[in-house]
Amino acid sequence: MTETALRTAPFDKTRVLAWLQSYGVYAGVAMLLIVNTVITPHFLTAENFRTQAVQVAPVVIVALGMALVIGTEGVDLSVGAVMALAASVTALYLGYGLLPALLVVAVFAAGAGLANGALVAFVGVQPIVATLALMVGGRGIALVLLPQLQDLHNPALASLGSGAVAGIPYLILIAAALALLIAFVVRRTTFGRQLLAIGDSRPAAQLAGLPVRRVLVVVYVVCALLAAVAGVLATARLQASDPTSLGNLMELSAITAVVVGGTPLTGGRISIGGTVAGAVLIQLLTATLIKHDLPPSWTQIAQAIVIVCAVYAARGRGKR
Amino acid sequence: MTATKTDAPTTAPGEQPADETEPVGSARSERLSALVQQHGALAVLVIVSLVASLSFDSFATGDNVSNMATSSAFLAIVALGMTFVIITGGIDLSVGSLFALGGVLAAWGSRHGTLVALLLPLAVCGLIGVVNGLLVARSRLAPFIVTLAAMLGARGVMLALTDEGAETYLIGKDSFLADLGQGSTLGVGNPVWVTLALFVAGAVVLRRTRFGQHVYAVGGNEDAAALMGAPVARTKVLVYTLSGLLAGLAGALNAAWLASGVTILGGGMELEAISAVVIGGTLLTGGLGHVSGSLVGVLLLKVIQNVINQIGSLDSSYQQVVSGAFLAVVVIAQTWLGRRRRLG
Repeated sequence: MTETALRTAPFDKTRVLAWLQSYGVYAGVAMLLIVNTVITPHFLTAENFRTQAVQVAPVVIVALGMALVIGTEGVDLSVGAVMALAASVTALYLGYGLLPALLVVAVFAAGAGLANGALVAFVGVQPIVATLALMVGGRGIALVLLPQLQDLHNPALASLGSGAVAGIPYLILIAAALALLIAFVVRRTTFGRQLLAIGDSRPAAQLAGLPVRRVLVVVYVVCALLAAVAGVLATARLQASDPTSLGNLMELSAITAVVVGGTPLTGGRISIGGTVAGAVLIQLLTATLIKHDLPPSWTQIAQAIVIVCAVYAARGRGKR
Repeated sequence: MTATKTDAPTTAPGEQPADETEPVGSARSERLSALVQQHGALAVLVIVSLVASLSFDSFATGDNVSNMATSSAFLAIVALGMTFVIITGGIDLSVGSLFALGGVLAAWGSRHGTLVALLLPLAVCGLIGVVNGLLVARSRLAPFIVTLAAMLGARGVMLALTDEGAETYLIGKDSFLADLGQGSTLGVGNPVWVTLALFVAGAVVLRRTRFGQHVYAVGGNEDAAALMGAPVARTKVLVYTLSGLLAGLAGALNAAWLASGVTILGGGMELEAISAVVIGGTLLTGGLGHVSGSLVGVLLLKVIQNVINQIGSLDSSYQQVVSGAFLAVVVIAQTWLGRRRRLG
């Protein structure tokens, strides 16, 4: 009897830890929902949920791209700069209509992603450094193109930012659709498998004959494109292009969402559901603290603690 | 700098010593790449400065040079700590926030005397550095995510201290602290002297002490360093502590220079410091680098900034573009040179 008890005790502990790593973020979201229902007045209203969801949508979209990059054992620090770039390019080309402007934004973003991807895949620079260059330079380019905040008056852009279908804003629908798409790509496509194999072990993937460089470049391009989508949507919601502050610290929020969601920084494993839940968790935490009149400084400290706890919990699984 | 000194880091543990049967020409080209890697930034700095002083009358004036030197001093102190961290193969993203926090703490503490004003930022920022180091070394978490969290947390603490950034503490005119920041000795600003002293000390520590050797060993190959008996965890904790201390000190000096604890400073400073260190020839993979290169990197960034300011028609955001492009070029060159050296 005692022997079995001894044998099951550590087994249970690892199982609890593993469960916490995979599903802890959902438990955290559920707990915040329950706590808020009890202590926050007017929490359970459709209006409140809509506000929260609209606020979290850009973070979710950027975090999806970040999750792909982190799955390849990389990181993309330039997402905030790409958002700013998207905002200023949108403002510059909106005169030709929304669709042409979006196409130009896509070209710029793809260029940024290509630069990152080429540095990582072909030159062999570490992802942190490769994307650091664009993080510094990208916002500079955005500010050179559009030096200050500019109000935008375009009905199509306005409806993109504040329109809704059946009471659900476009922003939420777009974020949800992109999340489903990325989840499908990761789980069901060859590309997704190749991506995870590269994150698991790049030399092994190379030896197995996978197109390592091509996949890496595509991943960084996709990440930049998603950041650009978030930048355009945020601009549409603001009805103004603000390259100075749009996307500031976005790389931080996105990495936090991915890590809190249970995707290890060591690559080879991606949880898209967890990433979305991670973004929602941080959003709810911030909203809770703000609703109860705690200053923003407290939210930052709380966010820092959540990041460290999440990474600490994930470290056992990350080590191979 | 003698040849033996330059070669010291290249034979750091973890790097294969040059194959002795190699032909002489290959050894020469290897030495040349090492030279370009370590002193390329200095050459560029000299060229840029020469061109700038020929093109702009106001560049090589005493006022402008002393202005550049003083404004470089604070970034240089931060970059010094960053150099140690990067040589161990780590990275410290929290320095910008610690810089701001250090400034606010110094200004707040200056009401209670100079000693408090100097010790409080050092104590708090050093403590955050210790926590960073422990999480990286003992809990084996990725340095960039730990220091990213510290960046957020430290900024939160700074905002909490200043009523969400609304309150700016001032430093009295006639204190020792104000003199340290604003005064000058022999015509050179005091912050510049402090920076020079710190860099000399940093160079001696890195080159001539056991701790310095451990820093290179840990960055060269952590497992090999551990097998040789180097205290890997302790070395890592120490470098993050050092980085925190120096960032706090730089913030305090900057506050003394400005006579107030400005809350909006330090954003993006970690990027500038990392750029300066990398441009100065320190490899981000660790095990290779020197503090004098970081000083050159800082000066190069500040000279470029100054030149862009001199060209009146250019917006200051061009500086970011140039810095980013420069960083990319340096990183590509370093990776290419490094690969050539490895292949022989």
